[in-house]
Amino acid sequence: MKRIKIPVGPQHPALKEPISLRMTIEGEVIKDADIRLGYNHRGIEKLAESKTYIQNLYLTERICGICSHSHTTCFAQGVEALLGLEVPKRGLYLRTLVAELERIHSHLLWFGIAAHEAGFDSLFMYTWRDREVVMDILEIISGNRVHYAINTIGGVRRDLDNSQKGRILEGIEFLKKRTGYYTNLGTTEPTFVARTAGIGLLPKEKAISLCAVGPTLRASGVPSDVRKDDPYAAYSELPFDVCTADTCDVLARVVVRVKELIESYKMIEFIIKNLPSGDVKVKAPRRIKEGEVVSRYEAPRGENIHYIKSNGTDKPERLKVRAPTLGNYPATIEMLKNGYVADIPLIFAAIDPCICCAERFVEITDSRGYRNIITMNEIKRRYPSRHINKDYIWPL
Amino acid sequence: MIEKIVRWSRLRSPWILHLNTGGCNACDIEIVDALTPRFDVERFGILLKATPRHADVIVCTGPATRQMKDRIIRIYEQTPDPKFVMAVGACAMSGCVYRGGYNVLGGIDQLIPVDIYVPGCPPRPDAIIDGVVKLLKKLEQTK
Repeated sequence: MKRIKIPVGPQHPALKEPISLRMTIEGEVIKDADIRLGYNHRGIEKLAESKTYIQNLYLTERICGICSHSHTTCFAQGVEALLGLEVPKRGLYLRTLVAELERIHSHLLWFGIAAHEAGFDSLFMYTWRDREVVMDILEIISGNRVHYAINTIGGVRRDLDNSQKGRILEGIEFLKKRTGYYTNLGTTEPTFVARTAGIGLLPKEKAISLCAVGPTLRASGVPSDVRKDDPYAAYSELPFDVCTADTCDVLARVVVRVKELIESYKMIEFIIKNLPSGDVKVKAPRRIKEGEVVSRYEAPRGENIHYIKSNGTDKPERLKVRAPTLGNYPATIEMLKNGYVADIPLIFAAIDPCICCAERFVEITDSRGYRNIITMNEIKRRYPSRHINKDYIWPL
Repeated sequence: MIEKIVRWSRLRSPWILHLNTGGCNACDIEIVDALTPRFDVERFGILLKATPRHADVIVCTGPATRQMKDRIIRIYEQTPDPKFVMAVGACAMSGCVYRGGYNVLGGIDQLIPVDIYVPGCPPRPDAIIDGVVKLLKKLEQTK
């Protein structure tokens, strides 16, 4: 059969953000896919070099509007490590509290979008109505609905009092009830299961070799979670399990996220009941001593990495952001292959893409000034082969 | 007579197109939030449409990146007259924190005429609804 190329995006009904997918199709089956990025590239890494560390907190917050707390925490953690600052326990607990609330809001949002793409609009409206409860809680804590601006270098900016604690617990109680309903609906409602089961398959080996991260990886049966593997903030003291599923399809991604919601409720209740007393922050100097650091964080979408290099002034010399969505793109192409055209939005939505997070740009120039541009296909070709070769030493 | 009906129906049900021009997703989510049960702008007859050819109002978020520049102008040209542009968020107004970035033009009004600005980073859904109501008043005055 003849192969046809169809472009999807950048402005497309199925995609909320500008991204361009080029599909090579045969009949109605996708044979190959290519992702074109850059519509959302704002030059954040370069801007970060011209701002002070405190200003950069607000800039990194605006890398993404859904996982805004992830980026600031990741950045603040890195800077604190450079300074050798010890953040007070209460500060760490509050940071973790906002992080988990953000995870709830992000997963509910995603569940709604997935339901919308699966053609189940009433579920979309239900989840978004319940999401407002989390938004209210976040507003109670930080004063903002989206960009919480609660982190600062050396701790958090706001404290909790008892009336706020009560309202948080009330909200969590309501959400717990609703999540029970969603668990039931997401796993037993025949139309929803039929639409999501067996679609967008990503086998375990492929998921590992293509470096998938977060719920996408855990839905392929790999129990990998930065919160467990390399605990930061208060996670080493919290009771929680890493949620996995082993059907490797879109349904598995739904199951993993709903399970994570329940874990998050557990963690929040623990934090509220065991909140240590004391200060919420320590004073940090404006100048950061020379050095470099890599900071890891488990964002709602997966592992978020910030690399910060400082040169002794009050501005970073280099900030590199690796957002989780970027790690999931090669896996998405694998998922799309041999699927149907009608499944594109659903498969693409299932990785919970956050395009604005992943819009980074690297230009490699050698000593003669010759530009070297690596294409997506090249990366796809190179990396799995390295993974298979066990003797390969990874540069880092 | 027909003109009257057209104007009446336009006022009662303006359809919007959501156009992300390089924003950070926060305003986009708040716009979708405004369409969902808590805030529900659908009671004013406002519907989110997928294609510029169906839309009356283009709702822009984001500081307008260089890569999106041609696409924004093209989408504006594809929208049938009379068309209105709403700039939601500080980025769409002036560039916000991204102002001065090498890939950012700094505001939608650098590219296309804007009818109403909604400030905030991001604006609350209530503010977006307020903006919509003000835009409807503006629609009433123009013929």
